[in-house]
Amino acid sequence: MKRRGAMARGAMKSAHPLPKKMAGTAALVVALVPALAQAAKEYNLQAPVTPIATQIFDLHVYIMWICVVIFVGVFSVMFYSIFAHRKSKGHQAAQFHENTLVEVVWTVIPFLILVFMAVPATRTILAMKDTAVPDLTVKITGSQWKWSYDYLDHGFGYYSNLKTPVAQIEEGEPKGEHYLLEVDEPMVVPAGKKIRLLITSSDVIHAWFLPAAGVQQDAIPGFVRDDWMKFDKTGTFRGQCAKICGKEHGYMPIVVEVKSADDYAKWLAEHKKAALAAADDPNKTWDVKELIARGEKVYAANCASCHQPTGKGVAGAFPALDGSKVVTGPKDDQIKTVLNGVVRNGQPTAMVAWKSTLSDIDIAAVVTYTRNSWSNHTGEVIQPAEVKADRS
Amino acid sequence: MSSIPHDHAAGHGVDHEHAHHPGGIMRWITTTNHKDIGTLYLWFSFIMFLVGGVMALAIRAELFQPGLQLVEPEFFNQLNTVHGLVMIFGAIMPAAVGFANWQVPLMIGAPDMAFARMNNWSFWLLPFAAVLLLSSFIVPGGAASAGWTLYPPLSVQTGMGMDLTIFAVHIMGASSIMGSINIITTILNMRAPGMTMMKMPLFVWTWLITAYLLIAVMPVLAGAVTMLLTDRHFGTSFFNAAGGGDPVLFQHIFWFFGHPEVYIMILPSFGIVSTIIPAFARKPLFGYASMVYATGSIAILSFLVWAHHMFTVGMPAAGQVFFMYVTMLIAVPTAVKVFNWVATMWKGSMTFETPMLFAIGFIFMFTVGGFTGLVLSLVPVDIVLHDTYYVVAHFHYVLVAGSLFAFFGGIYYWLPKWSGRMYDETLGKWHFWTSFVFFNITFFPMHFLGLAGMPRRVPDYATQFTDWNEVASIGAFGFGLSQLIFLYAVLKAIRSGPPAPARPWEGSDTLDIRDPAAGELKRIYLKRNERLMMEHATRRERPVPAQRGANMRTALILLSIAVVLFGGVIAAGYSGGSTAGIGVLGFAIIGFLLVAILRNVRR
Repeated sequence: MKRRGAMARGAMKSAHPLPKKMAGTAALVVALVPALAQAAKEYNLQAPVTPIATQIFDLHVYIMWICVVIFVGVFSVMFYSIFAHRKSKGHQAAQFHENTLVEVVWTVIPFLILVFMAVPATRTILAMKDTAVPDLTVKITGSQWKWSYDYLDHGFGYYSNLKTPVAQIEEGEPKGEHYLLEVDEPMVVPAGKKIRLLITSSDVIHAWFLPAAGVQQDAIPGFVRDDWMKFDKTGTFRGQCAKICGKEHGYMPIVVEVKSADDYAKWLAEHKKAALAAADDPNKTWDVKELIARGEKVYAANCASCHQPTGKGVAGAFPALDGSKVVTGPKDDQIKTVLNGVVRNGQPTAMVAWKSTLSDIDIAAVVTYTRNSWSNHTGEVIQPAEVKADRS
Repeated sequence: MSSIPHDHAAGHGVDHEHAHHPGGIMRWITTTNHKDIGTLYLWFSFIMFLVGGVMALAIRAELFQPGLQLVEPEFFNQLNTVHGLVMIFGAIMPAAVGFANWQVPLMIGAPDMAFARMNNWSFWLLPFAAVLLLSSFIVPGGAASAGWTLYPPLSVQTGMGMDLTIFAVHIMGASSIMGSINIITTILNMRAPGMTMMKMPLFVWTWLITAYLLIAVMPVLAGAVTMLLTDRHFGTSFFNAAGGGDPVLFQHIFWFFGHPEVYIMILPSFGIVSTIIPAFARKPLFGYASMVYATGSIAILSFLVWAHHMFTVGMPAAGQVFFMYVTMLIAVPTAVKVFNWVATMWKGSMTFETPMLFAIGFIFMFTVGGFTGLVLSLVPVDIVLHDTYYVVAHFHYVLVAGSLFAFFGGIYYWLPKWSGRMYDETLGKWHFWTSFVFFNITFFPMHFLGLAGMPRRVPDYATQFTDWNEVASIGAFGFGLSQLIFLYAVLKAIRSGPPAPARPWEGSDTLDIRDPAAGELKRIYLKRNERLMMEHATRRERPVPAQRGANMRTALILLSIAVVLFGGVIAAGYSGGSTAGIGVLGFAIIGFLLVAILRNVRR
């Protein structure tokens, strides 16, 4: 600081104050920028934790420096002109209004600078797009308003919900350290492994955004997009849904816990065991309570976005199930509707076929649920075997 | 409104011709005078600016602290959405049309706009569209809440507020298309003798190109929202994967409109700044021809970059690379413009009245927005900044400190000519400096928030974002209040300002400023233009029949292009939104623009 002050004062005293003053200002700016960059991470991108994020971080710093240099250059000229070429100083206006050489030069130079920016950027794009040969694949599904993670290689998955209590959000209770960025069950991945992400959505467009990993990918209903990440180190990293997705858009956090290979293996074993224990016995006869409880979950995950949690549907778009002729009519008709979807004039409709997505038990449960909810009181219980019989 | 003393223009009092025209409110409802309509547009846009501004302040008040204090998340999303729509379609675009109405006929020496009655209609559609849009707040389900970009499937989920928004967009689109037809026809067919295309003031050029852009893209937006409407109510599946459609198709079509729209909002500002800088530097605009070509290049490139708004949808590497390169290319003509403005100032004899301050503020901060645009054009960097506050900072730098500051400059610059009265220079300077300082306090910290990973369109945020949000909210209220100075300065000027001299700015020359030596043209033009200004342009001078025929032909060609584009977009959507369909459409539009521009340059 002292040295800079001395330079500026020295410039003031000199016989030709202006150019040296400019130099002083430039020195000040040059000295300030790295100081600011170091001041806090709040001024820059989050500290990168994957090789891609590191490349992005460096690219951003590189581009910012180019921009800062051009900016300082152009506006030094402009402010010098504002200072020197003013009427109050008696400056007479020149009358030139074109110069082909200058105009060509300052068209070509920006173009060349752009080439220097485009080359490293292109290299990073190609690296980002290389999702081949992953060590692990996780399917990420966005739904209003939570994420779910399916470990496709291991046959289990779970939802990850916001953990911040409502009292902190709405009632002014003191906010926790990870306010809005905490979940009940984080995504867990091993460090040092290439993780391929398959990202999709079950309702509207969401975006899975983990800044420290340099990953942002829209989750698009009806399509699966892929992306990848490979963490350099263990730790917990946080992000949020980035695409507006309705009223709870701000409350859809993403938390990724990166564990060492051993810890990850332990975590995996526990989850696999739990998943096995929860698996269904195909010969079991289900009672009505079990089916309705399960049906409610299946309904909430798959049906409610169109038919609505109230079963009232959306007038003109999605038919009501509450009081519906199909739901209160013969049960085989409803089971077949769920299995095969509704086809009108040879075109599939928004009511898609669920036979490949839902198991016999799920369909039995959701049909039982809809036939015994809201104002529907058929009292009927559908067993998985009946669904199996209708698949053909 | 009726108190605005137009009659003082150029020092003339109420003249005898005025007696034939209705007075009071009917004057404004029935007016076909381009100046009256320009005034209406400007007041309408200012009112919408305040309405949208109040919404912005509600947003910033909620974001002052983490947690939910003032508004529910649903209502927050509605405010966010309608703020964007009101500012873009209600404030910036109509303000630009207001400037065109006032200045284009005067600058090219035309008696009025080509279609004076249609001009009245294009304006009077707007208040109804605004009522439709704003009344959506009181219908069941509230206003549209999917963001101003209206992405499905979210926009298909919401209540009837979305339908009102769609109809409002249709009406505003119709208004814009009529306005553009009018402006293009006026410029092409009604220039004073001797005013060739390459002698037109740059403001006229920028508006000509803007009007072409509007005709090319407003039908595209209308097509997109029409498909949204049929998806919502008539069982189509343009944007529904379950029915064979694609939600991303909407984004492609929307941004095919949306990116040229960005230039629609900024090109007229380029024109205004290119008028102000030479006047206060007392020196001709540097590089007139390259300014025209740069504007044209920006317009053409704007049709090839739309997907840079969608880098996170998961397009192939080749797509990302293509859209990145073309987007970066736009930096070249934009840089040329900035260099030209600085070169115009260089070795001038500058003074710094309010219009000049706003113009310099424009150059300075528009360049900041330009640089952040360049940063965002780089796909890898965009991936970590997309949909964060960095983007919010970026587009407010180009739209508020860019478009809006240029408009403020334009108002202060032309108000003496428009109203015959001078504004208060001290108030003007206060308005500039408070706006400039508070604008930066509001929006500069948003860069940091975005870099740190705060997503946009959230009603609540993690605690590490608190400091900068507080700063931004304080700045926003300061910026909002600063605009009351503007209102006061304008009202004071038109009610009780001192009479303006015939030539309010020493360096101004609304005529052929590039070439002081073009004596004869200048004399003819001056004579005609001054006469028109003196006459208060009550349109005694109607276009002769031959002129009317030519105007009708031009208008019909433009209208049929708009209709074909509207149909083309829906056909492209119907064909499953094949990339080929959109590509053909894109090249058709670019071809149309190229032909249009080349034809004009030749004249």
